[in-house]
Amino acid sequence: MIAIIDYGVGNLFSLSSSLAYLGLDSRVTASPQEIEAADRIILPGVGAFGDAMEKLRNTGLIPLIKEQAEKKPLLGICLGMQLLVEKSYEYGEHAGLGLIPGQVCPLQDDLVQLAQPGKVPLKVPHMGWNRLDLIKQDPLFSYLQQGEYVYYVHSFYAKNCREHTLADSGYGVRVTGVVGSGKVYGVQFHPEKSGDTGLRLLKAFAQL
Amino acid sequence: MITKRIIPCLDVKDGRVVKGTNFQSLRDMADPVEMARFYNQAGADELVFYDITASVEGRRLFTDILERVAREIFIPLTVGGGINTLEDFDRVLKCGADKVSVNSGAIRHPELIHQAAQKYGDQCVVLSMDIKRVDGKFHLFAKGGREDTGIDALEWARQGAAHGAGELVVNSIDTDGVKNGFDLELLDAVAEVAKVPIIASGGAGRMEDFAQLFTHPGVDAGLAASIFHTKQVEIGALKQYLQSQGVEMRLIKGAAENELKI
Repeated sequence: MIAIIDYGVGNLFSLSSSLAYLGLDSRVTASPQEIEAADRIILPGVGAFGDAMEKLRNTGLIPLIKEQAEKKPLLGICLGMQLLVEKSYEYGEHAGLGLIPGQVCPLQDDLVQLAQPGKVPLKVPHMGWNRLDLIKQDPLFSYLQQGEYVYYVHSFYAKNCREHTLADSGYGVRVTGVVGSGKVYGVQFHPEKSGDTGLRLLKAFAQL
Repeated sequence: MITKRIIPCLDVKDGRVVKGTNFQSLRDMADPVEMARFYNQAGADELVFYDITASVEGRRLFTDILERVAREIFIPLTVGGGINTLEDFDRVLKCGADKVSVNSGAIRHPELIHQAAQKYGDQCVVLSMDIKRVDGKFHLFAKGGREDTGIDALEWARQGAAHGAGELVVNSIDTDGVKNGFDLELLDAVAEVAKVPIIASGGAGRMEDFAQLFTHPGVDAGLAASIFHTKQVEIGALKQYLQSQGVEMRLIKGAAENELKI
């Protein structure tokens, strides 16, 4: 069973539906017993980092998630991926779970710095289908080809985590697409909205 | 780099897909779930569902259909039609919509854009606008394009983006159903005032119209209905063609043919 952590953030309809479509048993839950009993964990999330981290803290599940992340595969999706790193600079400074080294920073600042005079800077949020360039070989990519397209929606991105970056996409800067360290994985894009490509990534996660 | 998007739009009335020309004389086309499956396989980058039903019964049918689509189609789904309140946002988001498109509801209650953006995030709020030239100026129209509000459409677009609309759908009434190309003059004008993704709607008739559309860098996506429904333009072929014209596209088959180079 896959435990999808329920901490009151985001719409989990598509994620649950995509796992069901793959024939995988999943449960949206905040129960420590269920999370412990699960054979893998998904940490979803949309919205602002500080708010989400506070909600997660309020569930009291953080120590359990950290402990479980050493024992079984964990996948953070979108904001859930950003929560995995050490720190975020989204509207202030917030500590993350620290499971993967790195910081979450605004895309806007880096894109403005890169913009050439007379040229319009790229739009933020980074929203739409972008090519996923696989950098390292990983079992999570068992069913993926190099250069498939995935669906992103975000305004902040994980930086300074190059060593743990498994795949990225180009949008002015190199946007961290997939991170991994031990059993802990994170994807910035939405596999549950990335068509067949996303389903194949979820399938591989379920087989890790 | 991010791809340009091709988006088929399904107008749903009483559980069936319909499409009118110049917003009148609706013609029944097909089953929305079947069509969603078809478009997903063909490589549509996103699907838009517009609920053009007025009745309570029709609305219930619509959310049932939406939920059925969201259980098996895993690409972004945008829903519009009859969105007037935050409760309407909630209703369709719970059934699997990713983005919610407001049009007349935002004209009646302009604060809705900001409220929804606060609650669900900018990326969730799509401002759809029906625009027509009146005495050489772009006017915003309401009620499915039947009523001139007298509002300056460019100012409306600018404010909408400023208040939290994450995307704008620009539908030109002047070119809608005419199939003689998108309203590039209007699209450029909107792109000038609003720095959010712009979805062009109204006027596509041929593949070349999309190629021309995407030479305008401010435009992010092309939306159409009847030309896709009638297969006058086939989405897979359209995307292949655009890629050959130098427009970056998400090609499902193309990706699978690539060697795994890592």
